[in-house]
Amino acid sequence: MIPESLRQELQRRVAGAVTPREAAVDVMKELQRHYGWLSDEAAEEAAGLLGLSPLQVEELATFYEMIYRRPVGRNVIHACDSISCWAMGGETLLRHLEQQLGIEAGGTTRDGAFTLLPCPCLGNCGNGPTIMIGDRLFGPVSPEQAGILIHELQRHGAD
Amino acid sequence: MELVLFRHNRPGRMTSFDEYRADGGFNALTRALGELSPNDVQQAVIDSGLRGRGGAGFPTGRKWSFVPRDLPGPRYLICNSDEMEPGTYKDRVLLEHNPWLLIEGMTLACYALGVNHAFIFIRRGYEQAAVNLRQGIAEARRAGLLGENILKSGFSLELDVHQSAGRYICGEETALINALEGIRANPRAKPPFPAIKGLWGQPTVVNNVETLSNVPAIIANGPAWWQGLAATPEAAGTKLFCISGHVANPECFELPLGTTLGEIIDGPCGGMRPGSRFKACIPGGASTPFFTHEHWDVAMDFDPVAKAGSRLGTGGIIVFDQSTCMVAVTLNLIRFFARESCGWCTPCREGLPFVRHILEKIENGSGEAGDIDILREHVHKLNYAFCALAPGAMGPLEGLLRLFEDEVREHIAKGACPFTTPNLCQN
Repeated sequence: MIPESLRQELQRRVAGAVTPREAAVDVMKELQRHYGWLSDEAAEEAAGLLGLSPLQVEELATFYEMIYRRPVGRNVIHACDSISCWAMGGETLLRHLEQQLGIEAGGTTRDGAFTLLPCPCLGNCGNGPTIMIGDRLFGPVSPEQAGILIHELQRHGAD
Repeated sequence: MELVLFRHNRPGRMTSFDEYRADGGFNALTRALGELSPNDVQQAVIDSGLRGRGGAGFPTGRKWSFVPRDLPGPRYLICNSDEMEPGTYKDRVLLEHNPWLLIEGMTLACYALGVNHAFIFIRRGYEQAAVNLRQGIAEARRAGLLGENILKSGFSLELDVHQSAGRYICGEETALINALEGIRANPRAKPPFPAIKGLWGQPTVVNNVETLSNVPAIIANGPAWWQGLAATPEAAGTKLFCISGHVANPECFELPLGTTLGEIIDGPCGGMRPGSRFKACIPGGASTPFFTHEHWDVAMDFDPVAKAGSRLGTGGIIVFDQSTCMVAVTLNLIRFFARESCGWCTPCREGLPFVRHILEKIENGSGEAGDIDILREHVHKLNYAFCALAPGAMGPLEGLLRLFEDEVREHIAKGACPFTTPNLCQN
């Protein structure tokens, strides 16, 4: 169950759309923010709010890279693996992040603090290699700087 | 030189509403609503020679002219800010500094098209740009420049920001329309083209951020002035070139359209970074065939770049030095396209992973002589895909086989990649 205030906010968003499903991405994102990922329960909530079947929500949810249909850590690190970042050492950075976090790309640390996901171009190509943590872009990130960033996040917990 | 898109920029922050107004911002809109008919605005854009800055380079005014004005129901304008072509970041830089040009440009476009509800479809990851746009829309509305009865002209416009959740195909205009409707973003069959049957089945124009941001200057200073900003008589206006890779200053620059590749790299880019020599570049985003030193003097404009065997695309120039393996570059690009395929049609869904497999084999040293023919065949056959994604993916592969066939053969002959991957993080 989601809090009544969130439900009402989402109902307003849906009511303000040209058609209810126009709000689908916004609704999925807000539910993901609440649950941490788009759980089965969240997908059913979304379906109810949007007047869709859970399968129709699934069809959308699995399409988008930033909608997580599996549990993720409190901090999701997206590491760009497209061409500009690759040319500037993106592969080395990703290997370094894997080592530092003790997980493979795609995995989540045992304490649930970090998920590491390679991702397509983040549009920060002049500052490669680039990573995105939460809503923030960082680049160019050297392996040393990545280490400092992760240490800071570990110290301050989830942002 | 005269700037249009970066003219109002302040270093490191967004230009404020007051600063934009003090620089003459929204004067074009005031003038258009007071003195010009919608058709005058469209004609000025046609006369300017403005071509779409999102990749395809279609003449903008002509695109607008395809929209029937007599069908019942609403018409829509969508700004495509789903900038996900690897190597392309110009729209982000523009919006982080100045959302006003887009807001004013869209309002002018909507006036020309008779549109009362428009959308800005922006990608995930461009959080600051989205914040700027929402703030800009709210301020413009408070100033009476958006919303009901703009400047008491009788013209009204609602402008909404739709933030996507990350998928390259959403930048394809019919897929984008599906995404905006909340439908899985597979592309739609064309025809009918969006100009006739687009968003919710209504006539719709989809234009890029940079394209629409040029409209205020065209209206304010006239099409002839704007056209004359280019470096050659055939080109029109300025262009945002965003450079990445092995140059000294990989930044986004506004330059006259038709500036040569060599002038861009030796000029604002400050040449190659220390220790690097130019080997090749991608001239216009991930889906465009490579340029080499023989293309140094090509004017970076739509037709000259096409004549030289590539596409101006988005203006995202990715530069590689002598240490770069072009098979590895192409493999990286094909991996991107294979992963981003929406899976809707067979040539793209099955063809791209197969091409990826062949390139992996070659790069890993187990390529065979026949692989080159297989790749050539796919360059040809993936043109039968449903949308432009797979043919675009074949751009760099075609370039690889045309310009670097020797390098591919060397991989096969030696049974290994003759380069080490350039793990050259400089910072």
